[in-house]
Formats: sequence, structure tokens, C-alpha cells
Amino acid sequence: MNNIKVHLDNLNIHFGKTHAVKDISMDFPENSVTAIIGPSGCGKSTMLRSLNRMHDLVPSARVSGKVLLDSDDVYGRGIDPVAIRRRVGMVFQKPNPFPAMSIYDNVVAGYKLNSRMVRSEADEIVESCLKRVALWDEVKDRLKANAMTLSGGQQQRLCIARTIAVKPEVILMDEPASALDPISTLKIEELIEELKERYTIIIVTHNMQQAARVSDYTAFLYMGDLIECGETKKIFTTPEQKQTEDYITGRFG
Amino acid sequence: MMKSVFLRNAKNYLMTGLMLTATLAVLIPLGLIFFHIMKMGMSSVNLDFFTQIPKPTGETGGGMANGMLGSLMMIAMASLIGLPVGIFGAIYLAEFGGSKVSTAIRFAADVLSGTPSIITGMVAYTLLVVPMKGFSALAGSVALAMIMIPIVLRTTEEQLKLVPGSLREASLALGVPMWRTTLKVTLRSALSGVMTGVLLAIARVAGETAPLLFTALGNQFWGKDLTQPMAALPLQIFSFAIAPYEDWHRLAWAGALVLVVVMFGLSLTARYFGRTRTGE
Repeated sequence: MNNIKVHLDNLNIHFGKTHAVKDISMDFPENSVTAIIGPSGCGKSTMLRSLNRMHDLVPSARVSGKVLLDSDDVYGRGIDPVAIRRRVGMVFQKPNPFPAMSIYDNVVAGYKLNSRMVRSEADEIVESCLKRVALWDEVKDRLKANAMTLSGGQQQRLCIARTIAVKPEVILMDEPASALDPISTLKIEELIEELKERYTIIIVTHNMQQAARVSDYTAFLYMGDLIECGETKKIFTTPEQKQTEDYITGRFG
Repeated sequence: MMKSVFLRNAKNYLMTGLMLTATLAVLIPLGLIFFHIMKMGMSSVNLDFFTQIPKPTGETGGGMANGMLGSLMMIAMASLIGLPVGIFGAIYLAEFGGSKVSTAIRFAADVLSGTPSIITGMVAYTLLVVPMKGFSALAGSVALAMIMIPIVLRTTEEQLKLVPGSLREASLALGVPMWRTTLKVTLRSALSGVMTGVLLAIARVAGETAPLLFTALGNQFWGKDLTQPMAALPLQIFSFAIAPYEDWHRLAWAGALVLVVVMFGLSLTARYFGRTRTGE
């Protein structure tokens, strides 16, 4: 097993009176893909979004327990959520490029919005990031076109390019392919495979075949509880828990 | 069977007729006002009207150039005061406010926008005219700004709320601080809608007379000093219309025509901005 990149210690998340994530402790190894699976409403996305403090925007959300990024406490005193989000990027379920920006500007949005852009570097960043998400050949002649002119699958790859442009250490993916057609999904999955060389990837997915295809480790959540986690091969062939087996064989969920 | 179909059709025609009548009841007065002002004002709108100040009593001719300049200056000043308050207030309400404070602010804004504008004028009179010991354009601008704030506040808030949360999240997830996200992503996306609200607020105060009566007071000459009384187009229309001179009545009609055309133009521009937004 690789080094531990992200470590959860008794993580609990409440929304008002709802206890969405219950006492979860687990590790996410570096340079690998960890899939989080489970039926709708089981707390997958909630857990994922706690890793880069996206819940800070929701007034009713309360996070307790520890989230460690390397050895830094993500929810520690004096920790700036902005600094955490620069290290932990996120790709959302629905492609969400900035509609008022060109393809080019979307890739360097993290720099532009923060006004720390050096013009000469920008071209280089755009080209290398678009190449890494295999979008360069499709858009190199229309970089100034509006990002919304791209297809859904292209938009999602653009969003991934935008995320890796700011050089995060961890990439969170919240069902990144669920709004896409099978060909686009395949491309995203191939991309995930390549990205893990450089990043630690945590992906939430509804699609168990996808989890089996792309991930090294899998965690199964049910009703806010972590039922089982371990190597993907083992989870999908010889799960220890009856509930896990029932879920992956499609008996419920 | 036949009878019920007949009854249903009859009801349908009756209701359609009633709605048509209601529509006409709204449109006819509007058309009458517009055509009457056109008829009465058209003959007096000439170059002099836009370049000259009113002639002394007894002389014919002259124009309302000072009133138009005064209106322009006071609206600009009112926008300078009112727009930042309205827009930043809306950002607070839509993006940062806790529920209790926000509800209180929204309620206050609704009450303020329902306040008769003459009351707003009295407030500006008490706050500025009395301590400064004199009528001034500044007091007039403050009164107008107080009318603009609730309009801009509520329309901007509505527009900001329409911006999908996924855009804010996209920006935040890139490590962009909340305040930059708000300015460069959220406000930027809502910009055309915000412009619509701003233009509507300007159109609204451009025609206000009551709050200027005892703040800016009016001026027969080129008053360009913000601490002195200043002419304004609606004020001039008011005082010229009630004066006993035929020539002044003509000027008042011309002023009314110019004012109506300006407001019409502002509303159309606001609609244009509104449309480009939904077209996206």
C-alpha cells in the first residue's frame, strides 16, 4: 500500500438534525484511485465534499471528527479553507465550466480568478492541461470559443483540465461521468487511470462496474455507515460483509 | 349534450371578452397620455429647448437645459450613493447573510420602497436641508438615492439567487476565495440582470418630483453647485405647468414629452438587457 494521503478519523457530518455520515474512519492511499459506492442518499457525496470543506457554504452543516491531509488537519484551527481547496480539487457531477468564459480562460480560471496569472505561462498551462485530458486535438483551433459550445463530455474533460491546472494533490470526483454518454464515460475513465500517476483520486460513483474498472480501493457506504472498505478486487470478489455482497450483486440498492 | 357545449363556449367568449376589456382599460389611458403629450409637446421641442435656460417672465422662448442638466447631475449623484449600497447590500443578502438579519433587511427594503416619495423628501429635508441651512442638489440626490436603494437591492438579490450554485462551487473548488468568487463569478454572471434593475431604478427616480420639492427646490438659472438649489426637469414641469403664462405651459408640455421619451428609452434598454440574459 502507498503512503496515506487522506485519513479520516471518526468523521461525523450532520445537516440540522440529519446524521448524514456516521463515525467513519478510513484511509485514502496516495497515487491511487479510491471509489466510494453505495445507494442514493447513503452519504457518499456528503463525505466527499467534506474533504475540501465544501460544506462551509451550508449553514446547517456540522462536521466533527478529523480529516487529515498528509498530516494537516483540514478542519483545524487557523486552517484556511481556501488553502485546502487549492490542494484538494474537485470535479462535479454536472459539467460546470464558467459560461461567460472561453475554453482557454476556463483552463486557467483558477489563476485568472485569483489574479496570479503570468501571461507567458498561461499558453503553456492551457496546452499541457488540455493535452493531459485528451482534449487538445479537439479544441486547439477554437480555444477562444465559448466553453458552452463544447459537448457534455468535452465540457467535463475541460473541467478536469481546469482542476489539474492549479496543481492540486488530491482530486475529488463526484459521479464525474453520470451525466455523460458511454463513449465520453470511457474517455473519462481512461483519463482517471492516467491521472493517478500524479494525483490521489477519490471518486464517488453509482456505477459499480465503473468502480470495479477504475479504482484500486473501494469503500461501501450504507445509510451513513462505512460498511466495508479495502482493495477493489477483494471487495468485488470476496466481500466480508453480507450487505456488501448483496449490494454489488444487485440484490438491493 | 349540445347545450352544455353551447354553455361552455358562451362562458369562454364572455371571459375572453372581459379580459380583453381589462387589457384595453390599461392600454387606452397609456395611449391617450402618450398621444396627448406628443400633440402638445411636439411643437415646442426645438433646439432652444435643449440649449437655453428659461427666459424671464414676459419674454417668450427659452428652454429647460438647466433642468435637464440638473436632473442628470442629481441622478448621477444619487446613483453614486445608491447603487453601491443597493448592490453590496444585495450581495450580502444573497451570499452571506444569516436568515434573521436578511429577513429584517428585506422587510426594511420593502417598507422603504412602499414609502410615499414625499416622505423620503421630508427625511432628506430633515437630515440635510435643515442642518445645512439651505436647499441643495445634494439633499435632492440623497432623497433620490433612498428611492433607488430598495429597488436595486431587491432586483440584484433576485438576480444573484438565479446564478446556479454549481458555478460558485466550481470557483471555490479551484481555491478562489469567497469574495473573489462573489465578484468575479456570481456578480459577473448576474450582470445583465443587475443592469436591468439599475436602469429601472434610474427610470423610476428620473421622473420623481415630490422628493425634490423641498430638497433641490429648483432653480431658474444654471445651478451647477451641488450645495445650492438646482433645477430638475420634473420640478420645472411642475412649476411651469401651474404658472399663469401660456408660453410656460408650452415649455412644460415639451418637458413632459422629453421626460416620457427618456423613460421609455430607459425601460426599453432595461428590457434589452433582460432579454440578453435569458437568451444565454
